[in-house]
Amino acid sequence: MTQVLDPAPADAAPLPPPLVGGPRPPGFVADRVFRIVAVAAALMVLVILTLIIWVLLDNSLDWFKEEGLGSVFSTTWSPSEGEYGAGALVVMTLMVAVVALVIAVPVSVGIALFVTEVAPRRLRLPIVFVIDLLAAIPSVVFGLWVLRQLASPLADVYSSVHSAVSGIPILGDVFGDPSASGLAIMTAGIVVGIMITPIITAITREVFATCPASQKEATLAMGATRWEMIRGAIFPHSRSGVMAAVIIGFGRAVGETIAVALVIGSSQQLTENLFAPGDTLASIIANQFGEASGVQRSALIGFGLVLLAITIVLGIVARSVLRRANKRLGVI
Amino acid sequence: MTAALVPPESRLRPRKGTGRRRVRSAIATGLIVVSFVLAFVPLVFVVFYVAQQGMKVFSWDFLTTDLPFSARSEEGGIGPAVVGTILITVGATLLAVPLGVMGGIYLNEYGQKSKFAALVRFLSEILTGVPSIVMGLFIYTFWVLPRAADGFSAFAGSLALGCLMLPVVIRTSEEMLKLVPHDLREGSLALGSRKSRTIRTVVLPHAAPGIVSGALLAVARAAGETAPLLFVIGATTTVNTSWLHGTNTALSVQIFGNANSPFIPAQERAFGAAFTLILIVFIATALARIVTVIYTRRTSGAGG
Repeated sequence: MTQVLDPAPADAAPLPPPLVGGPRPPGFVADRVFRIVAVAAALMVLVILTLIIWVLLDNSLDWFKEEGLGSVFSTTWSPSEGEYGAGALVVMTLMVAVVALVIAVPVSVGIALFVTEVAPRRLRLPIVFVIDLLAAIPSVVFGLWVLRQLASPLADVYSSVHSAVSGIPILGDVFGDPSASGLAIMTAGIVVGIMITPIITAITREVFATCPASQKEATLAMGATRWEMIRGAIFPHSRSGVMAAVIIGFGRAVGETIAVALVIGSSQQLTENLFAPGDTLASIIANQFGEASGVQRSALIGFGLVLLAITIVLGIVARSVLRRANKRLGVI
Repeated sequence: MTAALVPPESRLRPRKGTGRRRVRSAIATGLIVVSFVLAFVPLVFVVFYVAQQGMKVFSWDFLTTDLPFSARSEEGGIGPAVVGTILITVGATLLAVPLGVMGGIYLNEYGQKSKFAALVRFLSEILTGVPSIVMGLFIYTFWVLPRAADGFSAFAGSLALGCLMLPVVIRTSEEMLKLVPHDLREGSLALGSRKSRTIRTVVLPHAAPGIVSGALLAVARAAGETAPLLFVIGATTTVNTSWLHGTNTALSVQIFGNANSPFIPAQERAFGAAFTLILIVFIATALARIVTVIYTRRTSGAGG
């Protein structure tokens, strides 16, 4: 049967040359090279991060060795006496970050709600653009502005707040004797709060925007007011997303350097007084690294490592919060 | 593009409510509007104050004259810092953008849902959050220190800023490549193009405006950075146009150095430099926005 269908029997025509070993089809090599370059570029992220960790660890070893783990967390930073404790700076860094979050989170949530729910549609893009401009203002310019314009009026505010609460147990300590110049932990917190507002706004805005229209419409159809709709539909939907935004904002606040270095007043004395000058892990690097040497320099590099560790931990936490949120929403 | 993705607005409107409900909703709406206004206050104040103070010294001479040797001197401008900022930022762009775009191409076109791609995405998220001062410390200990006095250069600054820009560029590139319709890729592949050719001639041109806009935003941020440059570019009072050799300076570093100065001329120079820096950053940001708007109009017009 097959012989009938085949017009050219196998023995009649010579076999075509085998296909192996011929020249590669055009573009084959270029295709491979392109792919390898792309993989290499993606790999750079891994390389850079590994290098940062390794280099900083290597250069801060002296600090850990000389001081021992116990005194690394002591609260005394005094290079002239050979004391290089990070404790006080860690605490003051957290104080700045908490003040910043207390200021930035409510405002950011408000702006995000304004953009997604209140503002007229055609104003939304321009508003987002303006918020982005706020994010574009360099840290050093914010620092300069606060230093030269905002600090002295703030000092007056501090002293009136201080006199209002003095005598009250905890408040009297937290809002204690203000620094005359207005350069204080509180001032740093305020400027950092302004600076992290755009990023928290951006993330919460995205989270609010993903709230399903059906849920919002369900509340509205039952006659909800705007606030009831926000509380009943948007907030329950966005809780974890906002939480992730807060964590990311916290990370930025901890790492903010230059504006803080300009306005915090550079004092390494541990204090619980928000109106007193202080210093943070990041700002002390900016202010002292240039003139530092020996153990002091390696301690400052160690502070960089601590900052990096905080960043990585917060990044992982934010990610798992978001993932859990997505999973929960997927289930519902 | 984005406009098409937004669902049509519901016709349902929130009720006004009555009594306590009405009051509560009104207060909440009021607070929301107030918080939005609050965001404008610092923006307006900073820009207005810096412009007002900066205009006092701002002139062509100010932008081009060398820095004075003494902070007290009323002579001199910020020429070397303008040159340094441009040199360092353009250098960082040259380092980070091609690499970042290729990284984005890997993530969206090759890696997609693979484990390695997920790892790269996660790491670039982490890298985005790394404080810029840490990047300065890293480049100082990694690049400058081993080269002693020869290590300080605009190039070292570009390295630090490039590391900061890289994850941002990767992310925006991936996002923009995601928006390219699959039909285009399939069309090109069906015509016999290889994957790399498809990416180069079909996918990239389609995503280019978005990538350019994202890169411009990253450049604007990078131009204003101070912390990564503090210890890696050295200092100079004269213009140094060499990218690879010799110490340099930048606008942001000049502002930081002069901000705390007790001398009035130095403070004025700080404000002049701050005004210049804001101008540069805002122009780059506005350019990015314009590119996006043109792009959106074009694609939404073509796509119907």
